[in-house]
Amino acid sequence: MSPSSNRLFAVLRLPLLALVAVLAVAAIVWSDLEAPERAALAAVLTGPRIAMIGLLTVSALALLGVYQYRLAEATRQPALRIAESVQLVARSNPAHRLMQQGNSDLCAIAEAVNELAEQRERLLVDVETSVAQAKAGVEEEKNRFAALISELDQSVLVCNRDGRILLYNAAVSALLAPSSQPDAMQALGLGRSVFGVIDRSLILHAVEAIEGQGARGERESVHFVTATADGRRLRVRVAPVFGGASHPTPPGTGEEPAVRTMTGFVLLLTDVTEEVEIDARSVALFQDLVEGTRAALASIRAAVETLIENPDLDTPRRARFTSIVQVEAVRLSERLDMLSTDVSERLRERWPLAEMRGVDLLSLASRRIERREGLATRLETIDPDLWLRVDSFTLVQALSSLAGRLHEEFGVREVRFRLQAGGAHAQLDVAWHGVPMSSETAFTWQNDAFTLGGEDSPLSLAQVMERHGGEAWYQRDVPTQTNYFRLLLPLASEHAAARARPRRPNRPEFYDFDLFHHSGATDAFDARRLTELTYTVFDTETTGLDPANGDEIISIGATRIVNGRMLQAETFESLVDPKRGISPASIEVHGITPDLLVGQPGIDQILPRFWRFAEDTVLVGHNAAFDMRFLQLKEAQTGVKFRQPVLDTLLLAAVVNPSEASQSLETIAGRLGVTIIGRHTALGDALATAEVFLGLIPLLAAQGIHTLGEARAASQKTFYARLKY
Amino acid sequence: MAKRVLIADDEPNIVTSLEFLMEQAGMEVRVARDGQEAIDLAESFRPDLILLDVMMPVLNGYEVCQRLKSDPKLCHVRVLILSAKGRDVEVAKGRELGADGYITKPFSTRELVSKVRALLGQ
Repeated sequence: MSPSSNRLFAVLRLPLLALVAVLAVAAIVWSDLEAPERAALAAVLTGPRIAMIGLLTVSALALLGVYQYRLAEATRQPALRIAESVQLVARSNPAHRLMQQGNSDLCAIAEAVNELAEQRERLLVDVETSVAQAKAGVEEEKNRFAALISELDQSVLVCNRDGRILLYNAAVSALLAPSSQPDAMQALGLGRSVFGVIDRSLILHAVEAIEGQGARGERESVHFVTATADGRRLRVRVAPVFGGASHPTPPGTGEEPAVRTMTGFVLLLTDVTEEVEIDARSVALFQDLVEGTRAALASIRAAVETLIENPDLDTPRRARFTSIVQVEAVRLSERLDMLSTDVSERLRERWPLAEMRGVDLLSLASRRIERREGLATRLETIDPDLWLRVDSFTLVQALSSLAGRLHEEFGVREVRFRLQAGGAHAQLDVAWHGVPMSSETAFTWQNDAFTLGGEDSPLSLAQVMERHGGEAWYQRDVPTQTNYFRLLLPLASEHAAARARPRRPNRPEFYDFDLFHHSGATDAFDARRLTELTYTVFDTETTGLDPANGDEIISIGATRIVNGRMLQAETFESLVDPKRGISPASIEVHGITPDLLVGQPGIDQILPRFWRFAEDTVLVGHNAAFDMRFLQLKEAQTGVKFRQPVLDTLLLAAVVNPSEASQSLETIAGRLGVTIIGRHTALGDALATAEVFLGLIPLLAAQGIHTLGEARAASQKTFYARLKY
Repeated sequence: MAKRVLIADDEPNIVTSLEFLMEQAGMEVRVARDGQEAIDLAESFRPDLILLDVMMPVLNGYEVCQRLKSDPKLCHVRVLILSAKGRDVEVAKGRELGADGYITKPFSTRELVSKVRALLGQ
């Protein structure tokens, strides 16, 4: 029976029962009466009195009905509220407690429910603790992985099958979204499509190639070279991530490996711009050298051979040929001089040496020497801004071995380091106090292989220096009785030094990798489940409340919700110059004064950026109609149209709790256990709205609302939806 | 009195030209074909200047230079390094080890002679 017909029946029940009772009594009495009594009674009842009797009866019944109704309502309202509150506790906010309302029975229920809620809350806490403990091990592994990915120089991007970015590290940000290009930064983010940063067709082609290989049982990763927006060349290596098979096929069993499906892929990016350029230039230089030398030598050889074959050549001709030999020889020398500096620089660049701060290298070496060789070290005059281009491992080995040998053979107790720039190189001195070393010994040491605590290395100091394109020698400063080995090391290039200091953002947000299994954005939004969608929750501050009459946006704040989680690291916040004044009433609300907005970008610049930020997501706001109206009114001016679906937390709260009167953000947040910080800043409100929204989703599910389409339909039916701007 | 020049180089073809050049400039010349011979001849011949190649067997030019400069009896000998090794690190090393001059091969004979004369105070 439907609720409304149920209620109708409830209201009519008492009067109907009363009527039936009366009729029953009348029937019993009637049957008991004798015929003449019946006739007399009938006479009394019929006639004019029938109307009065009828009227009185109906009124009595009606009164009974009203009384019944009132009684029912008095219980119903509190009962409904109890039902809603219980759902709140069960689904959304375990800390919520019921108010004692209505009659004593209802109060008893409320009390009992509160006790249960208390118990449940404690249980939840216990469960959480146990789960947290169990997860600790997994977390540690995840963190290790995150640390690895995060600190890698190699740029790593992990995507699901449809190209949604699941994970990326700082190196990728530096490569694809350098701070010089703020727009590029918006395109790179968790949950965003990788096709926004790398050409779609190339990736799809690579993915197809991989799948083809997989089907044939081959296992190579695919790579291609592409160009970025700012003209750099990237080599992209694509490696598949397979889902499916829970255990590997044991080898030699003759079983076919189960066909695994690719659930995602990993992209490894390398900037090969320089490599490509260097390669090209080296080849060109080499060609140049060969051809130029051939030409000069040809002239020389021909002239010389002529002179040899013809010893009796006359003087003027003889002079001519000898002059040719001389001129060409000089020309060849000059050309060689020019090319040699070029070539040696190129060769140096090709070595895979890493940029490193000099100070850091010496700290590394010091620590190692102190620990392994038991020597004290001191960093004397060190230039803190010096960046070197070194193979830190072998260099630290070399320094360590040197120190160790000094300790063993010369009893040296302390080794001092000095570092300064010397022309085109860095001068690293390894100095110690004591008796001079003979130059023989010094040279022998340079060419001996390292001995490191018993392990022998095939390298010598001379070889390490060769590798770095540097030199080393022993010197003695007589007045201070200091001996030192001076190492000349290459400096990092300016450009490289700047690039080697990346912004160090937080560790990459770790995802539940089950985004792997979600299908792409090809389904229409409406059919998607609320728990799966990506949202941009936003809020605006404005000059006033009248968008149609010239009020403007002065601030936009937004955050993203992906896979049911708010992403702390990806927010949007911007002040906007409205190019007009702000009403005092609004300044009271949001505290943004006109002077804060001077020099801020205009709406023409901010709105496209915000559009980019919110691309491909569902918009969510509190009283979103208000904000959307502002955005709509700017379409003509900025050319930016927001066509994505919009959800309003105000309406959704009304769907969930229709009997609550106040639907302000504070009240709803309070009910859901959300603390609001930074109220009335656009970003603060956006964050609060996001948390409220996340709290509402399970409550909506309790009412049978699971998809976006259902949420929107329900929103439209609420009372508040009737207000329009 | 004629100045004495010691030529230390293991490559005969360049030695021929250098010898001729120095003799023509009025110097008394001896030739060493490896680093050890260079040290020995420095002690016995007592040159005023040594034309020193770097890539030599037994002892290389750097070693010879450092030894000469740290021997009080020989540190007055002018050292002019003449080498096919021309990178700036190598030139820097030569200078730091005490060489009085550094010429990269190939060189101009005229320039060489004038440098030699300059170092000998002529």
